[in-house]
Amino acid sequence: MDLSTLTRIIPARQRSDLDALGPTVVPLAGGSELFADPRAHLTGLVDLQAFGWPALTFPSDGLVIAATCTLAELSRLPRQAGWAAHPLFYQCCTALFGSFKVWNVATVGGNLATSLPAGPMITLAVALDAELLVWRGDGSDEIVPAGEFVTGNMTNVLGPTDVLRSVRVPLTSLQATTAYRKIALSPLGRSGAVLAGRLDRAADGADGRFVLTVTAATLRPVQLRYPRVPAANELARDIAAIDCWFTDAHGAADWRRAMGLLLGEEIRAELALVGS
Amino acid sequence: MTLEQAAAVATVTFDVNGARVEATPTPGQCLRTLLREHEHFEVKKGCDTGDCGACTVQVDGTPVHSCIYPAFRANGKHITTAAGLGQPGSLAPVQQRFVDAAGFQCGFCTPGMVVTAAAIEADAALTDPSELPRLLKGNLCRCTGYRSITDAIVDQHTPPEGSCHVAPTREHAEASTLGPVRATGRAGSGAVGTSPGALNGQRVVSGLEPYTLDVAIPGLLHLAVLGSPHAHARIRSLNAVKAAALPGVHRVLTHADSPSTLYSTARHESRFDDPDDTLVFDQTLRFRGQRVAAVVADSVAIAEAACRLIEVEYDLRGAVFDPRLALEPGAPLVHGDKDPVVSRLADPERNLVAELHGEYGSVEAGLAEASTVVSGRWQTQRISHTHLETHATIGWLDGNRLNGGRLNLRTSSQVPFLVQKEICRLFDLDPAGVRVFTARVGGGFGGKQELLTEDLVTLAVLKTNRPVQYEFTRTDELTIAPVRHPMTIDVTLGATADGRLTALQLGVLADTGAYGNHAPGVMFHGTSESVALYNAPNKKVDAQSVYTNNPPSGAFRGYGLGQIIFAVECALDELARELQLNPFELRRLNSVRPGNALVVTHEEGPDLVFGSYGLDQCLDLAEAALKRGNRVAAPAGAQWRVGTGMASSMIATTPPRGHRSQASVQLLPGGRYLVRVGTTEFGNGTTTVHAQIAATALGTTLDRIDLVHSDTDAAGYDSGAFGSAGVVVAGKAVLAAATALAETLVEAAASCSGTGGWQLEKDGLRGAATSLSLDELADWAAANDVDLTATRREDGALRSLAFNVHAFRVAVNTDTGEVRILQSIQAADAGFVMNPEQCRGQIEGGVAQALGTALFEEVVLDGAGAVTTRVLRNYHVPQLADLPVTEVYFAQSHDVLGPYGAKSMSESTYNPVAPALANAVRDAIGIRPTELPMSRDRIWRLLHG
Repeated sequence: MDLSTLTRIIPARQRSDLDALGPTVVPLAGGSELFADPRAHLTGLVDLQAFGWPALTFPSDGLVIAATCTLAELSRLPRQAGWAAHPLFYQCCTALFGSFKVWNVATVGGNLATSLPAGPMITLAVALDAELLVWRGDGSDEIVPAGEFVTGNMTNVLGPTDVLRSVRVPLTSLQATTAYRKIALSPLGRSGAVLAGRLDRAADGADGRFVLTVTAATLRPVQLRYPRVPAANELARDIAAIDCWFTDAHGAADWRRAMGLLLGEEIRAELALVGS
Repeated sequence: MTLEQAAAVATVTFDVNGARVEATPTPGQCLRTLLREHEHFEVKKGCDTGDCGACTVQVDGTPVHSCIYPAFRANGKHITTAAGLGQPGSLAPVQQRFVDAAGFQCGFCTPGMVVTAAAIEADAALTDPSELPRLLKGNLCRCTGYRSITDAIVDQHTPPEGSCHVAPTREHAEASTLGPVRATGRAGSGAVGTSPGALNGQRVVSGLEPYTLDVAIPGLLHLAVLGSPHAHARIRSLNAVKAAALPGVHRVLTHADSPSTLYSTARHESRFDDPDDTLVFDQTLRFRGQRVAAVVADSVAIAEAACRLIEVEYDLRGAVFDPRLALEPGAPLVHGDKDPVVSRLADPERNLVAELHGEYGSVEAGLAEASTVVSGRWQTQRISHTHLETHATIGWLDGNRLNGGRLNLRTSSQVPFLVQKEICRLFDLDPAGVRVFTARVGGGFGGKQELLTEDLVTLAVLKTNRPVQYEFTRTDELTIAPVRHPMTIDVTLGATADGRLTALQLGVLADTGAYGNHAPGVMFHGTSESVALYNAPNKKVDAQSVYTNNPPSGAFRGYGLGQIIFAVECALDELARELQLNPFELRRLNSVRPGNALVVTHEEGPDLVFGSYGLDQCLDLAEAALKRGNRVAAPAGAQWRVGTGMASSMIATTPPRGHRSQASVQLLPGGRYLVRVGTTEFGNGTTTVHAQIAATALGTTLDRIDLVHSDTDAAGYDSGAFGSAGVVVAGKAVLAAATALAETLVEAAASCSGTGGWQLEKDGLRGAATSLSLDELADWAAANDVDLTATRREDGALRSLAFNVHAFRVAVNTDTGEVRILQSIQAADAGFVMNPEQCRGQIEGGVAQALGTALFEEVVLDGAGAVTTRVLRNYHVPQLADLPVTEVYFAQSHDVLGPYGAKSMSESTYNPVAPALANAVRDAIGIRPTELPMSRDRIWRLLHG
């Protein structure tokens, strides 16, 4: 929709262009979220796409995803030898409520920064224990663990002058085996629960730690960590203890909790099978 | 910097369909509005949030939702719209397939659908048909149910018995005594009974068929509304000085400008059907979002900015949100200021808009005599029609009003003639000075049997002397446009051990919200055919429709029947279980048949007759199809439970107390026939059927027929496109007029030639020795001042009955609450089927909308009158992925009232679906769901809560 109160678009070509950010001037990436809601308080946008950041880069110790990488680009992430977690990238793209046409414009950073419970790039980044590079408004850089980035329903650690620059996925996570489950109130509807499990390889090649990430059903992402695949009752006890299930048009809290338990156990069983 | 100055930020250059465009978008403009500013009206606005796909375009070959694509990014790009894919006469293959497959009804979603389909087709990575549900989840169609869209995209024709159905074998043939199911698919001459494609199909698929706002009007002003932030308040003071001073503002409209005449937004043939409780602007605000003021300005942006500058002080009033509490003594009164006689309200001192209390026989005696009694309470939810085209009107004056300039309203309405009448009454205008018309209307489903934008536009036009446009946003549709009445319904049934009903008792409490539009009608109609369908010697109905401070409820497909049939048919299913009777058998035992009285609380009047009867066939067809199965297996796993269920419904083919239509057919020079008929095309397919009727009656082909409709200037009076009257009332008027013209032409040929014995044929008349082409006859008539026009009226005084039976086989996941439909069957008693493919589409679309109601959709309130589901991503309209292919069967019946023996078949298809599904779920899990929607969390809670 038209954001009719805007008076300027500032193309960001260098970091100092971000100085314009503030309570009424916000960063623009793909625009699919910004332009989907009336925002009468805004006067301007800083266009991050003008930076021309490469969408995906492949340093030897992992993968770096630019905040402006589109879901379409991410969904076509090339396979790399040993990256057992590769399917999770596409799976998380499919959890976006928006269509494949929205993938063409929606960005990884935009999804994270919007911080909706159902944001599937949050699931991806948290499940892979990614590190987020935040450009603080004061000019400093800060690395924020993905699990600490989102603090609640549409809230996160970014201040009004901060920008999410990139998402770095460590090689250990890329080499881990993952399992993914999503449920909604309709077959392809907006997510009611999205869970991802990750089974790391230890340095000696033996099974390592097990991490379960619960999103969409909870106000903020929740991670449960175990040194190895836990017993069913242990995992169930910990899922049941999660305290931030919530109710909205996409599912009641009690159902979401039950789906967390159900899908969490499915993931545990799937990864236990891989590990055995 | 002002908003106007902001417009000149940067110039962008791009091309659209190969033509270069230079533009200066405003900084926050989205690509869709920029394209529409350049008269690319093929790019539609359906949601404005990237959810519906109606605005899809390709940018450098990549499909995007243009409503969420910043316009400035179009710089240097190549844009392709539906019109760029192909145009009438040179359609792209995918467009042609949408025409051939009847892949649209209202057609508003179609340009975006076609652009998306073309992108899928062009990308080798996307052509796997199993991916279609995912690829099309961003394209919503509210009319078709997607089967025909799938057929168009993958180039197939799914037979009406469904994609998984095997060809009938000897065994199947023996199961039915009805002969073959009528063929669908494109066929034939265009005569009635064949399935020609939609009249304007080529224009629809290329986006060139104009809808309400698809027109460029010089000097057009825009209107925006300030809505009430309170559920119940009175305006103490309103200061619009700052708003009026904003550059670009032409006028601020408030209650000081409002006519003092009370009216109802609901429109019926008789204006006395609905309570007069509404003002254009009311100083008292009774629901959140109700108009406080409006601004008319050069642009929507300026009008909205000015709305934010209006300063209002409110005196808050007590509010009531629960219809039960609203009836209690001491409850806040929503319309306590109204005179019950003047406004036609049952009792405003109790918030009671309308009530019905009546008994036939003695339910007490009937229950005493019963061997089995079942009773229960059912609850239905608020539903948004979600026609893809929102409510909108453009109004203007022809010249100066003081010098006889006429008011023109181009509106998205199902009832242009009724709007004309009420606008004239409200503003004290002479009907001769007011033209109301529609372009093609982008869906309605009852939602456009309301006057929601025309009154405000009229006021704005009269105050400014300028053309003014008012367009609802999708959020307006979800928050202030009337929704389906939520109802609490109690049913008690008694029956003998052999299954004969002894008593049927119904209690209904409807929440009509803050205004009483359609409250009486929905209550009376809802309790009518739902109850009259069954022979029971004792019946009792207690129904009330109640004001609250919730957003208004209104007319919705089925008009109350959907809600009450849900309860009655579920109660019957429970009775069948108690009696250990097959539910089809229970219906056979108790359903009315020709000769039976039609009874609600008394015998229905002589206007309602069995003009034909196909319910028995529908029951047989649905039961046989269910028994036959379709080879779709339930998913593996002990958590999946399988069940079957069915439900029936009956509907009168015409609204009660008169529905009028006047049609004319004329032979024009050039040998073409012009049909003029007042009713509106909004996806119901009436234009195509009317052309078929005229062609058949005149013994010619569709290509000789032109049609103008839905225009108070260009056609005779018509009560409107509601109550499924498009075929049985307006169609009958067309048939009468065309039949009369055929006689006139024979007489004219005799006069022209001086000889007799003429016969009307496809291209002319054949006499004993010579022939006369239509062209020659028309020329002769013109030269001799003979008018070759026939005009006829139909008054809908007699009404027939149509029937639908739906059946499901489902699997329910007891772990998650998911309901998976394995088989969906609808058998319809449509009388003679005018256009089988189109009628099938109406059935599929009704089933689709009903499955949305049954499984997904709910306008959610917060308990204090505020809607929390304000955008489509939070209000789940069925996507392609959500719907099964429904097997469609037609009974062989022939109605004595309808044209060619046809009956209505639009809204009725919706009514039996939710109860049939609920009954199947009950069969599967052993627990009866009583609340809609049967969402996964609700079903899960039934099992685990």
